[in-house]
Amino acid sequence: MTPQHPSSRDRILARVRDAVAGAPDAPEVARDYLTSHHPDDPAALLDLLHENLADYRAVVHRASETALPALIARLLAEHGAKSVAVPSGLPASWPATTDAEQRPDDGTLTPYALDATDAVVTGCALAIAETGTLVLDAGPGQGRRALSLVPDLHICVVRAADQIVASVPQAMQRLDPRRPLTWISGPSATSDIELDRVEGVHGPRTLVVILVVD
Amino acid sequence: MPSFPEAAHDAVRNETLRGNLRHATHTIRDKRAVAVSELDDWAQLREAGMRIKDQTLRHLDRHLVQLEKSVTAAGGTVHWAADADEANRIVADLVKATGESEVVKVKSMATQEIGLNEALEAEGIRAYETDLAELIVQLGEDRPSHILVPAIHRNRGEIRDIFAREMSEWGRPAPEGLTDSPADLAEAARLHLREKFLRAKVGVSGANFMVAETGTLVVVESEGNGRMCLTLPETLISVVGIEKIVPTWRDLEVFLQTLPRSSTAERMNPYTSMWTGTTDGDGPKTFHLVLLDNGRTDALADEVGRQALRCIRCSACLNVCPVYERAGGHAYGSVYPGPIGAILTPQLRGTASEIDASLPYASSLCGACYDVCPVAIDIPEVLVHLRERVADQGGKGHRLEKAAVKAASWVLDHPSVLAAGERLASATRTLHPKRLPGPGARQWTESRDLPEMPAEPFRDWWKKNRS
Ligand code: SF4
Repeated sequence: MTPQHPSSRDRILARVRDAVAGAPDAPEVARDYLTSHHPDDPAALLDLLHENLADYRAVVHRASETALPALIARLLAEHGAKSVAVPSGLPASWPATTDAEQRPDDGTLTPYALDATDAVVTGCALAIAETGTLVLDAGPGQGRRALSLVPDLHICVVRAADQIVASVPQAMQRLDPRRPLTWISGPSATSDIELDRVEGVHGPRTLVVILVVD
Repeated sequence: MPSFPEAAHDAVRNETLRGNLRHATHTIRDKRAVAVSELDDWAQLREAGMRIKDQTLRHLDRHLVQLEKSVTAAGGTVHWAADADEANRIVADLVKATGESEVVKVKSMATQEIGLNEALEAEGIRAYETDLAELIVQLGEDRPSHILVPAIHRNRGEIRDIFAREMSEWGRPAPEGLTDSPADLAEAARLHLREKFLRAKVGVSGANFMVAETGTLVVVESEGNGRMCLTLPETLISVVGIEKIVPTWRDLEVFLQTLPRSSTAERMNPYTSMWTGTTDGDGPKTFHLVLLDNGRTDALADEVGRQALRCIRCSACLNVCPVYERAGGHAYGSVYPGPIGAILTPQLRGTASEIDASLPYASSLCGACYDVCPVAIDIPEVLVHLRERVADQGGKGHRLEKAAVKAASWVLDHPSVLAAGERLASATRTLHPKRLPGPGARQWTESRDLPEMPAEPFRDWWKKNRS
């Protein structure tokens, strides 16, 4: 298993065992913390998610499923996006009416090609209302992790009906750790310069979230 | 390396630095209190975090073996490094095997601890730090001074000058006429670093957590440089301290609530990446995990001191520490500054040098660090315990004892440091009633009685009794 340094492996493990030999067993972990900090009310959670996303400087819209393609087309146009990356499995209707050149992610888009792409549209695995977090798990319509990272505008679509959870514990239950996961809370930001918050050091500088409500 | 008071000496006289530090620590500290107050179950989360880590440490051997198995099953390769030299050699060999001579790096305390960048440089490999603050530090040929905001000691004017002067040495130069507005500075960093991300073939990272059960690694960040380093290169090498394990996937639900709120005072940090081995068509094709001991098993063997290994590096204890606020991060002489540095460094490195012997005395024992710690590390308890250890190894007139006395004097000679300490100390008095001066003090005050605290202000007592 560790061809290069088997001796260090054994040495470290032996040192660990020596270090704790005879120590009393640590108390069991009590899970008496809350599974959520808000009542399970879908309308209220939708509002909370909206508020927390906006608080972290994401631009939030609400739209019906039928109005979605027109909204996506308008947002891409408004941001001057001439090209848009399209993850496989994204409903074909979503970007159907945009004038931007569509670049399907067939695995051949190099980092340089992604850098030369203005925008990306994705779905998500779920969204966490209490923290204003989008979670992508590389499932259909979400694409590989680089896709939602390199283009400067990320438009993320959340289905309010079945993709919003209240809290982090509820999100953990629904996620599969074997998939690569990206949690996004607002656009990329830094506070390294005198603690002034600046958006977009490396990730998309603009994060637009569309909450699909019917 | 100079002992704590010598290193702190310049910091307290540097008004810019002190101003920056005060502004930063107070801002984060106030925001943190608000973020924490949003969660009614903070006390339960803190207790759970402490217990999870204690369980982890008690059965660390089992969890490490399980982690190795899960990472391997998911397509990764696990390496074990007993010390810094071994870790550096493993990483250098892995990089060389790719045929590359450049790596992009995510900020990582473990790789700073082992001096990885310097070790790679010696092997002809250039490591680019990609965190904005680390970039500022690296370009300024400087050392980081805070866990979370490493360039906390630099103001925007200084940053502009560093960028304008140094960027061209390392790659894309700063734009003409660069101003000192944070937005312009961030944009300059974006352009400078993107050039490196796009061509990078090897990425090096640390990790905030590793899940034994699933083999999942977690990196928590804000800027997206982490995501760049974790997903664009073909090879990813993560160097992680063995104490960063949590046993189960579910355990993350505790720390993903307490870490962001304790560190940046946010409900959630902008980006969190989790990966398990490798995934076809997504991210690096090759993944190496280097498990680092480098003194951690020594800390683990110390019944009182081992609790320091619970630390999740949130930096909340730095921001409330009256000593850190005045002395700055560099004074602690290691990559771990502030209260956690005062107890972790002497355990990882031992107390044989003057700086390490002086660290347990670089504190007023006010207890504020314990109150904010999301995994309830009793830092004052460990400080007192380590003072005893230092005192035991040196007799009267001993070199280490002098370093310790000097550090204690330094704290006591800065009245505002101690005043803040005493005020808070009386609020948490029951936590450390009789041991404020600490058993270590006994060794150099010999037969003098130590007063109950604070029957007489400790400062005054010290003035009367020290000579
Ligand atoms: S000791 Fe506690 S408060 Fe300090 S950095 Fe570690 S976890 Fe945070």
